[in-house]
Amino acid sequence: MTAQIDAIPPDAPAPVASRFAAASQWQLVWWSFRKHKLAMVGAAITLIIYIVAAAPDFFATTDPSQQNARAVYHPPQALHLFATTAEGTTVFTPHVKLMVLRRDPVTLAPIYQEDPGRRIDLRFFAEGYPYRLFGLIATTTHLIGSTDPRQQIFFLGSDRLGRDVWSRIVKGCQISMSIGLVGVFLSLLVGVLLGGISGYYGGRIDFVIQRVIEFILALPTIPIWLALAAALPQDWPALLHYFMITLILSVIGWAQLARVVRGRFLSLRTEDFVTAARLDGCSEMRIIFRHMLPSFMSHIIASVTLAIPAMILAETALSFLGLGLQPPVISWGVLLREAQNIRSIVTAPWLFAPGAAVVLAVLALNFLGDGLRDAADPYNK
Amino acid sequence: MLGFIIKRLLWMVPSLIAVSFLAFVLIQLPPGDYVTTYIATLAASNEIVDQNAAAELRSRFGLDQPFLFQYVKWISGVILRGDFGLSFEWQQPVSELIWERMALTLVVTISTLILTWAIAFPIGVYSAVRQYSIGDYVTTFIGFLGLAVPSFLLALVMMYVAVVQFGQDVGGLFSPEFQTAPWSWGKVENLLEHLWVPVVILATNGTASLIRIMRANMLDELHKPYVTTARAKGLSEFRLLLKYPVRLAVNPFISTIGWLLPNLVSGALIVAVVLSLPTAGPLLLQSLMSQDMYLAGAFVLLMCTLTLVGTLLSDILLALVDPRIRFD
Repeated sequence: MTAQIDAIPPDAPAPVASRFAAASQWQLVWWSFRKHKLAMVGAAITLIIYIVAAAPDFFATTDPSQQNARAVYHPPQALHLFATTAEGTTVFTPHVKLMVLRRDPVTLAPIYQEDPGRRIDLRFFAEGYPYRLFGLIATTTHLIGSTDPRQQIFFLGSDRLGRDVWSRIVKGCQISMSIGLVGVFLSLLVGVLLGGISGYYGGRIDFVIQRVIEFILALPTIPIWLALAAALPQDWPALLHYFMITLILSVIGWAQLARVVRGRFLSLRTEDFVTAARLDGCSEMRIIFRHMLPSFMSHIIASVTLAIPAMILAETALSFLGLGLQPPVISWGVLLREAQNIRSIVTAPWLFAPGAAVVLAVLALNFLGDGLRDAADPYNK
Repeated sequence: MLGFIIKRLLWMVPSLIAVSFLAFVLIQLPPGDYVTTYIATLAASNEIVDQNAAAELRSRFGLDQPFLFQYVKWISGVILRGDFGLSFEWQQPVSELIWERMALTLVVTISTLILTWAIAFPIGVYSAVRQYSIGDYVTTFIGFLGLAVPSFLLALVMMYVAVVQFGQDVGGLFSPEFQTAPWSWGKVENLLEHLWVPVVILATNGTASLIRIMRANMLDELHKPYVTTARAKGLSEFRLLLKYPVRLAVNPFISTIGWLLPNLVSGALIVAVVLSLPTAGPLLLQSLMSQDMYLAGAFVLLMCTLTLVGTLLSDILLALVDPRIRFD
């Protein structure tokens, strides 16, 4: 790696130079990534979102599929952390204001009004509906919940069946975020394989694979995804359907990744250390996996991070149009279907909340991926 | 130049064949065929079709033939007679249903493309020349936001704002009185009045990435020695910019049309569904929902062809602008 020598400016102070010279590639990547403030924020948010995705029920306040006919289109209740007692001192008591359902005397339309004197007290690590933490440990503890189990709380309001939007977003986080990961993983398998073959062997195989990639990239994705998704039988079990949707998303998703891999292969193929390994009589497998893979691993990770948000958006779009995941499976796209008609969003603007979740996740992953991409090649300064 | 265009045109042939094959595979993908659907429709109105009649129908439409034979039959019908098959749902030839919608799709797409360019080009140049200025940060931020907000969400928000703030419905491309009216100047004017809503929504998404690209291209060029030379020779800053770096930075910008267009067609589909525009999107979705596959296949075929032709045009345009590609 000749570039490594260039990375040390000749007039740099000696300790710094030796620190950089002795650092491993991953250390260099981390140092250069750390400088990216926005990317660090993105990384933190991404981490939080994936923690939520790993244990959604812990963060939910109500069973996401529980309907409540007495709380249809219940508006959001803000979380208050402090309350003033009768003596006038402010005490830490997490609570929300209680809202009572009244009917408009003329139109009979439901109106929710805050009841000034009454509040629902909340408690951290409260008891709630039973679930399995990480799918394994049976528990009833939730991050936050009402002290009185009969009182339901709605941080982000409720939908037309009185289901808690906050809990549903948290639950949908699991499917939406995992579909991005699984879909990208499948794309990566195909992409690395074909991109690798294309870049490593070159020649005619490369030509053919390149034309296929160009062709795929020139196609509009949504109509093809829709047509493929429409062919899935509706009576398949939810898990199989979920898997098929990710598969459909990867049918086109691999092309972009294959392109990146090929580019890296092409530029590395003529590097001195690869020639050296070849002259030493290393097998092709060893050259690829031991010598070439480590030096473009960081690039792949950056491309993958940038591919995940695209997958999330694609799933959201498909489910929103009604050809992706189907209820009772909860994903952000499925939730946004509730916001599809203008009448319901005018009555309940909080139904946009899943959209905000999508935007937040996609932004965070984009910032993270951007930072990773800039940091991926620490020798190229 | 001519040689390049001919070569590029010849490349279109395998791509178009592949696209048409893809569309036909999609048509064939759902279980059952035309006759199964036909029988189901008849059964719904209490008419029973016996097995023999069904077999006869199948052989009449060539449905008992192998896949490749059916494909050739379908595609030759499309090319020679403009016959895309029959829509089960509408009981009409597909070709009668699609053209007006495809034309409107084209109008929306091209208007969006022009607007995207018109916004992205100056802003991209500006944020590169004034790198790290407030304007640059603002456009970068808006750019990222534009990338992250799905276009259908933007459409929903816009509809919400229009209804709540202005008490107005922004859906559709025509006012009710023009919806079924024949084409006239009044109708065109009416179209233009409605067109800006989907166009602005769609442009937001593409503009974001184009600004990023233009900015990156410009930054690559701005610090090259020839820029310094031109400045040293006393060229005014504005002319200098337009004459040299912009001229070079615009090349990759043109080639991005190739991938902007597929994204645009995809985005237009969803936005059209949300805003219920009379374009290809809603009808494609409806036909897929009811497995009206010849109609769906025709749309997929035309949409893919549209993007392929767009890529072709952008390649030719690129060759016109950049002599290095012509002589390659």
